[in-house]
Amino acid sequence: MTTRIDTRFEKLKAEGRPALVTYFMGGDPDYDTSLKIMQALPGAGSDVIELGMPFSDPMADGPAIQMAGQRALKGGQSLVKTMELARDFRKDDNETPIVLMGYYNPIYIYGVDKFLSDAKEAGIDGLIVVDLPPEMDDELCIPAMKAGVNFIRLATPTTDDKRLPRVLSNTSGFVYYVSMTGITGSAIADTSKVNVAVDRIKSHTKLPVCVGFGVKTAEQARAIGQSADGVVVGTAIVNQIANTLDAKGAATTDTVESVATMVRGLATGVRAARLAPTQ
Amino acid sequence: MNQTSTPNSFRTGPDEQGMFGIFGGRFVAETLMPLILELEEEWTKAKADPTFRAELDHLNSHYVGRPSPLYFAERLTEHLGGAKVYFKRDELNHTGSHKINNCIGQILLAKRMGKTRIIAETGAGQHGVASATVAARFGYPCEVYMGATDVQRQAPNVFRMKLLGAKVHPVTSGQGTLKDAMNEALRDWVTNVDDTYYLIGTAAGPHPYPEMVRTFQSVIGQETREQMLAAEGRLPDMLVAAVGGGSNAIGLFHPFLDDKDVQIIGVEAGGKGLDGEEHCASLTAGSPGVLHGNRTYLLQDGDGQIKEGHSISAGLDYPGIGPEHSFLKETDRVEYVPVMDDEALEAFQLLTRLEGIIPALEPSHALAEVIKRAPKMDKDQIIVMNLCGRGDKDIFTVGKILGVEL
Repeated sequence: MTTRIDTRFEKLKAEGRPALVTYFMGGDPDYDTSLKIMQALPGAGSDVIELGMPFSDPMADGPAIQMAGQRALKGGQSLVKTMELARDFRKDDNETPIVLMGYYNPIYIYGVDKFLSDAKEAGIDGLIVVDLPPEMDDELCIPAMKAGVNFIRLATPTTDDKRLPRVLSNTSGFVYYVSMTGITGSAIADTSKVNVAVDRIKSHTKLPVCVGFGVKTAEQARAIGQSADGVVVGTAIVNQIANTLDAKGAATTDTVESVATMVRGLATGVRAARLAPTQ
Repeated sequence: MNQTSTPNSFRTGPDEQGMFGIFGGRFVAETLMPLILELEEEWTKAKADPTFRAELDHLNSHYVGRPSPLYFAERLTEHLGGAKVYFKRDELNHTGSHKINNCIGQILLAKRMGKTRIIAETGAGQHGVASATVAARFGYPCEVYMGATDVQRQAPNVFRMKLLGAKVHPVTSGQGTLKDAMNEALRDWVTNVDDTYYLIGTAAGPHPYPEMVRTFQSVIGQETREQMLAAEGRLPDMLVAAVGGGSNAIGLFHPFLDDKDVQIIGVEAGGKGLDGEEHCASLTAGSPGVLHGNRTYLLQDGDGQIKEGHSISAGLDYPGIGPEHSFLKETDRVEYVPVMDDEALEAFQLLTRLEGIIPALEPSHALAEVIKRAPKMDKDQIIVMNLCGRGDKDIFTVGKILGVEL
């Protein structure tokens, strides 16, 4: 089954450039603003959208995404509303892939089968669920594959060659390489080390490999985009949103545009990644 | 055999996937997975290694002070006028609670694994103190994550940890209690996987922690069994223990799970009552969900967001429970009941005056249940309650509620 994710990466491969994958938290700081942010992303140069599902206990996230989740929950966001965001977005855009990212419990409570059918119906293409390693594949990964929703796995610096095949086995859409052992928003490791790791993963899979955790600037996006098939930016975008909020945490007239401006800058970096003669 | 039928034995779990029925498992980020597999491998080897066992036994007798006495509470028994009440006195352990049993075991494992840094989470501070203690004893740097609210209400334990050389990180995310401390400890672990050992304090978290912590704490139940046979020539009719995460309770219960005539009661923190939000009775009032590496009963809303609990006792202030307790609830092997803050406080004061023992607020919950049940039982029946911690740390909390300026 070909998903929007597969189609998008094939197209980018033909163009000879990596994808810019942008993360933001659904419902941060409120539903309407986050819908406008989402709608602005493709025009600003985002190729794949990661839509964060807020969770009360985001144990792999740094302070920026923790606070974004808290703002969203305070604003009344829920898994139902996060899927509604995708549905609203799909009214104008039927091509940009949407990947939901978050933790398992809200999905488990919603009910896996109902969640998968509702998510697919809402136009969601893939899932990244941080606390579901391959050992727990029966929970959601296998049902998602059967439902035609990509289950995108995280590979990390601790995933050695022995373990990598297991991590890749039921992965589809793309592989998300976590650039460091740490939480979201930490400082990125040496980009040359990241490129070595990406090449290692690529020797095990034909799937596109995207790199995230710690990418903040257009220059980093360019450097990582030299080997990776996609560059994920999350915390920097979430911080950009946070910086435009008023004292009460509400959106201002700058919020959407400042995110778009940042994404345009990152898109320039990603598009410059392969300007040098490639293989 | 379907899932709800009674298993032949309640003591065989977890399975290879770390599951107790549908509970337990390994719901962690990929970064931690290789480490958790390594931990499981090392733990399996250690269990089978006589030198590991010998070192643990030696430290238990010479450093912790085991076996702890099984004490017949004569005056309390007389006062209640029913079943004979015995206390398993784990409050007499070094550091004042059962927490040290687990810490001694895990620090030996950390040493085997060649780790050089210890992290821990703590609620009341008992596990933090026990972790800092074993870290000092074995010469490891130790960092303890503790909710900012708990840092405030458990100041003596914070100072104790600092004296022992540990660094205490107040956690301000969420409500600043045990759940948030555990999130922060997991964030530290994922960042420092290479050199760090995460010393989890309760029988929860990803496999193999629930089984490992249970094994180290089962010394409580094993001793109780022998001591009871020596004292009374038979097994008790009832076991009672407080459950927060559930490590002292599983330690007492596990060796008795297949003794069908032994009735087993776990006591949860009912806080200010189960009608509102201010309690920690995850088994009585919660539902199954996934948090902190395992599937278990949790306090949560309809969207799967975890609620903050409340209890007078910081050690019970956790919205989850060890997965094996969820399994024992679902299979009806153990009965779980809530006890309110005020009942625990009353029990705390009663024991202090009747037996000259100041209990921690955690076992005061178990005691409140004993006070309810013993009078309804025959005089030749026997209850064993786990007196898992001493109350010195709680005198400030209790003083404040009783309106006494300390």
